[in-house]
Amino acid sequence: MAALTHLGLAEARDLLVRKELSSVELTEAHVRAVAAARGLNAFITETPDQAMAAARESDGRRAKGEAGLLDGLPIAIKDLFCTRGVKTTAGSRILGNFVPPYESTVTANLWRAGAVMLGKTNLDEFAMGSSNMTSAFGGVENPWRRRGDNRPLVPGGSSGGSAAAVAARIALGATGTDTGGSIRQPAAFSGITGLKPTYGRCSRWGVIAFASSLDQPGPMGRSVRDCALLLGGMAGHDPKDSTSVPRPVPDYEAALSGDIRGLTVGIPKEYRVDGMSAEIERLWDQGIDWLKAAGANVREVSLPHTTYALPTYYIIAPAEASSNLARYDGVRYGLREPGEGTLESLYETTRAAGFGDEVKRRILIGTYVLSAGYYDAYYNKARQVRSLIARDFARAFAEVDVLLTPTAPTAAFAMGENMDDPVAMYLNDVFTVPASLAGLPGLSLPAGLSGEGLPLGLQLIGRAFDEETVIRVGGVLEAAAAFDALPPGLEA
Amino acid sequence: MSVDVETVARIARLARLRIEPEKMEPLARELDGILHWIEQLQDVDTEGVAPMTSVVEMTLPLREDAVTDGGIAEDVLANAPEAAHGFFLVPKVVE
Repeated sequence: MAALTHLGLAEARDLLVRKELSSVELTEAHVRAVAAARGLNAFITETPDQAMAAARESDGRRAKGEAGLLDGLPIAIKDLFCTRGVKTTAGSRILGNFVPPYESTVTANLWRAGAVMLGKTNLDEFAMGSSNMTSAFGGVENPWRRRGDNRPLVPGGSSGGSAAAVAARIALGATGTDTGGSIRQPAAFSGITGLKPTYGRCSRWGVIAFASSLDQPGPMGRSVRDCALLLGGMAGHDPKDSTSVPRPVPDYEAALSGDIRGLTVGIPKEYRVDGMSAEIERLWDQGIDWLKAAGANVREVSLPHTTYALPTYYIIAPAEASSNLARYDGVRYGLREPGEGTLESLYETTRAAGFGDEVKRRILIGTYVLSAGYYDAYYNKARQVRSLIARDFARAFAEVDVLLTPTAPTAAFAMGENMDDPVAMYLNDVFTVPASLAGLPGLSLPAGLSGEGLPLGLQLIGRAFDEETVIRVGGVLEAAAAFDALPPGLEA
Repeated sequence: MSVDVETVARIARLARLRIEPEKMEPLARELDGILHWIEQLQDVDTEGVAPMTSVVEMTLPLREDAVTDGGIAEDVLANAPEAAHGFFLVPKVVE
């Protein structure tokens, strides 16, 4: 048997089911791996004792024949999901000591399915970022390195700790959240698979809010199957989230039929943006060939408003964030700075001390675009363009079943790069933001290595609530790409 | 349009964010850059387009107006920076 930490989530599940492995053995190996990889800074809080206790309980349930879908499988949780009794920071100083007295619906679903929590993973502050560098708890190192260059790289963001943990083989899988690409871009940067479900598929209740019309929890793993399995444990209707959709959760793993004959794959021509690296363009063409070889029809489609997606996003997301983050005022929970003794100065100094620069920037942008005199010119205009972007997708999906695009315009960059120009950083999400604005499911999977030896991702975008087609095509693409490279130091 | 220091001061006040004086100028430049980049949306013809209200076509569910939770004052106050006698404490606002 391979090292326990190198198993896939579904593989480990199969071994547990066949009783060839216990959750205690599996969890112990991961708890040790988490401790040994602290240099990555992937976790903000480790919960080894809780993990071992949960593993023992899981083995007990399995012995009695009462095991759930994910029973005994150790996973990591992005520190944006509230976990009862376990510190939940959102990567922010303002929530540095926040211990939720309640559990998010998604994590409650996971624990009900028997999953074991290894700890809470690092992230960009309030999930605002594409590098994990905005975290108040420090950046996360990507386990990958450029060939012949030992400079640490970012794992992408905002779910950077989750991506690094899964890539470094210290968690079998992890939860992420995706607002404009925060699952898919770090998955691509870290050589793993990540799935942003349709808006409404997973409950947002108990997930610390960034931009409520966009936020969506989803799985991160080392294969499409692992993501399918994990999504099955996360998804489901929740009356506590009014945008959660009352649809039954399908067996996502069963969607992996391996057969995409007759399916039509669309290639959005507007995604061939200026400045895209030649190797990413080559990988994209390679992906097209793989899907054709598997029997799919491929055709070009047009999404004419693609170029407006990022500026639209950078109005809507900050607008919603500025409202959502108004709650951090130093009164009911979180950091308090007394100021000069008045309530007003308490608010202002608490928020000044508690939020980092990127969060402040977005609160200010959001406040500006929502302020009197600018609301129509910015916020309403962006909501109109958002309608047009969604309409582009609806028209494309009248002709095709799924779209294939790159996930990100570049491979992972070094820690510290792209930090001086906010707009340059925002461009990381050029291929992921449009589907977010339209609420559609998107999957990123590793499909090749760059010339420098870094993983590159391809993205599949599907119709609303058609995660199954995305998973099915993803499985075929994954088999064709046969990506089996490992970060340096992790080779068997 | 361009964002100047006075504009930053005004929106910072609306957002209840205290900004260090020496950070005002660089912040104004950054916000100005971002807002200029966003300006390109004005090129899009949105005549007659309804602003999006929800990405998922659904009617918001109604529920019975009933108390389903409560009696957890201790939990609610557990993370309060200051609390006493079942209340959050703030500086005096009325003289």
